[in-house]
Amino acid sequence: MRAVRVSFVTAAATAAALTAVTGCTEKSAADGDGVIQVTAADSTCETSTTSVPAGQVTLKIANKGSRATEVEILFPDDRIVSEKENIGPGTKYTLTAEVKAGAYEIACRPGMKGLGVRQKLTVTGGGKAAARDPKLDKAVAAYREYAQEQADATIPAVETFAKAVDAGDLEAARNAYAPSRVGWERTEPIAESFGDIDPKTDTRADGLEKGQKWTGWHALEKALWQDKKIGAEQKTLAAQLVTDLKDWQRRVGRAEITPTSMANGAKELLDEVATGKVTGEEDRYSHTDLSDFRANVEGAQKAYELLKPVAAKNDAALTTELDKQFAALDALLDTHRSTDDAAQNGYTAYDKVTKEQRKELSDAVNALAEPLSKLAAAVVK
Amino acid sequence: MTETQDPAAGTARPSRRALIGWGGAGLALGAAATGGAMALATTGDGRSAPDAVDFHGPHQAGIATAVQDRLHFAAFDVRTDDRAAFVRLLKEWTAAARRMTAGEEVGDGAHGGLPEAPPDDTGEALGLRASRLTLTIGFGPSLFAKFGLADRRPAALVDLPHFPGDNLDAARTGGDLCVQACADDPQVAVHAIRNLARIGFGTVAVRWSQLGFGKTSSTTPDAQTPRNLMGFKDGTRNIAGTETGRLGKFVWVGDGDGPAWMTGGSYLVARRIRMNIETWDRASLQEQEDVFGRDKGEGAPVGKAREHDAPFLKAMKPDAHVRLAHPDSNHGITILRRGYSFTDGTDGLGRLDAGLFFLAYQRDVREGFVPLQRSLSARDALNEYIQHVGSAVFAVPPGVRDADDWWGRTLFAKEA
Repeated sequence: MRAVRVSFVTAAATAAALTAVTGCTEKSAADGDGVIQVTAADSTCETSTTSVPAGQVTLKIANKGSRATEVEILFPDDRIVSEKENIGPGTKYTLTAEVKAGAYEIACRPGMKGLGVRQKLTVTGGGKAAARDPKLDKAVAAYREYAQEQADATIPAVETFAKAVDAGDLEAARNAYAPSRVGWERTEPIAESFGDIDPKTDTRADGLEKGQKWTGWHALEKALWQDKKIGAEQKTLAAQLVTDLKDWQRRVGRAEITPTSMANGAKELLDEVATGKVTGEEDRYSHTDLSDFRANVEGAQKAYELLKPVAAKNDAALTTELDKQFAALDALLDTHRSTDDAAQNGYTAYDKVTKEQRKELSDAVNALAEPLSKLAAAVVK
Repeated sequence: MTETQDPAAGTARPSRRALIGWGGAGLALGAAATGGAMALATTGDGRSAPDAVDFHGPHQAGIATAVQDRLHFAAFDVRTDDRAAFVRLLKEWTAAARRMTAGEEVGDGAHGGLPEAPPDDTGEALGLRASRLTLTIGFGPSLFAKFGLADRRPAALVDLPHFPGDNLDAARTGGDLCVQACADDPQVAVHAIRNLARIGFGTVAVRWSQLGFGKTSSTTPDAQTPRNLMGFKDGTRNIAGTETGRLGKFVWVGDGDGPAWMTGGSYLVARRIRMNIETWDRASLQEQEDVFGRDKGEGAPVGKAREHDAPFLKAMKPDAHVRLAHPDSNHGITILRRGYSFTDGTDGLGRLDAGLFFLAYQRDVREGFVPLQRSLSARDALNEYIQHVGSAVFAVPPGVRDADDWWGRTLFAKEA
């Protein structure tokens, strides 16, 4: 884990930045310009208009359904402009937001789950938000979906891990450790953007601040591999890890993601590899670094592949080089595949990787990370 | 020929900012020893052309050039099978070297570009002068096993034999190619290697590198002869950058010496020589002077009064370093030395990890370093206090002629 991230900003923080005023006042706005009546029900979301002028937009929401609902104004890539959660059945709410010209959607999410029922909203007039290549919006939306899938897939894996710890089964717990980290490692820059989750789940002993209690994967890693024992404390830690990761799963779809932050997130995943995995610092007790290494690279590659159509148009030489270096690193990692140790998730334990092999891995990471650092510029060009 | 001009350039003082940047180490490491300020015009950005060494010429700069105060030397391994990609890198490197030696930033510079992109130049040399930076490239024997170059390897580029006492660390030995960066400002030299390494990622990777903080030889005999870490003047009889005759005889590869692509080039031997500093410091003055064959203060040969007096070798002990290394004891063999003192902190046992990073240029390694080191490694009294722990040899191609030329063109271009 790393303490400070700038690429991703949580939805709450940027919603405020993007919209100068996000009111949640109950003051009544006269119907007219900028006012939209939203009637939410269990399977419908009706809006009184699909076009309003830029400026203050007011949603007068009525929940006529049987369950609590959530109403959002969304950018085309699903970033949230403004939202109100937990509008109870039969209640009303007025939501106001400062919205620039552009294409948006209004979503009602009955039961506060799923993608919701969507309605188009066009905001017209001056102060137009910079138009973005629809291909990039598509890339961001697809990456958001990927991040959610990774979190969704992590929960059962980490529950398996926690169950083994709870049963006091050292071997089963060891075998479930590395697989439980894969989804997290693939999308780590997003998880780290929340600030509060990563310190609880992925802190290493040396990363602890004074007075901070050591929780999460690495505290359990030390217990399983170095201390070789599972006690009541470890069982509590494992249960807490599941809880903390469910919090991540709930929030991951809300992260502020832009094409630039995707590109930089890919680079940051390689930074993680360069500073933590190549050195063997990340999983110093279990030596499962190569499993994390592969997940970091896969996550970076996913972001890259999604941005590639745009990047290739702007800088074909760069994407050619990135294709080549991703393939080279993949091939090199493949040479370290091994089934000797069930706890290693398909790779050689990192303490068995020689100094020369580590240098080779380090060179391959540098060879990829250097051109990857130019991806963001190729995307915004 | 730029390499031989203006010996006064050797006395250029590092800029104020450079001294501050180097911190306490700079004071300890003899920055003050380079006396004599040179008047330098400063331009708006603080870097100026007057202390730039011309990158172009028949020979590469950084060989006969008046020896600068600082070194960053890097050996690289090739990380691609693609000859075209390697040639592309050589051209990119040449363009970057041309700019950096002129005191300019790499590519589009260190700032002011796209906010989303990392800057082309890493920026730590902003505001510093060109500092007589020279960048010199060499090709190691192992390069010739790649890219179908086997039949172009010069016979003079031999694999160095094992010499008695060698204790070579593989991690500090060999390399497919090298770049020697010399400058009067350490940050300028480090900036140059760092930026070349960055441009090279994916095509080449740094195998090892060495910082040197104090020159131990000069190619400017009028200047004060520098001292090595044993406290002795070194390189008194070195070839001067102005000695066109001796350079042609002993340093530059001549027409017909070997493959034509090397004409105007030279051969470089690099050796990391660790000194047993602590035991040396406990040796009596008499023993120290006997080991070298010169006196410690003046640097005069045994029985002589002045440093530059012709040595009478028979007056020295048979195993004295100067006697054994002298051309008269080696059938006239002469090499151009350009080494630097190094200190890489301590070694974990409380001993300085220090010594001499020996760099020697010669016309033919078989008639230069190899016979000399055979003799020295067998008999030199100095061997009790030193150990060779790193080693490499490189073919240094001729100079980059002009703005359209590039490093290694004579080796790689079809028409050459």
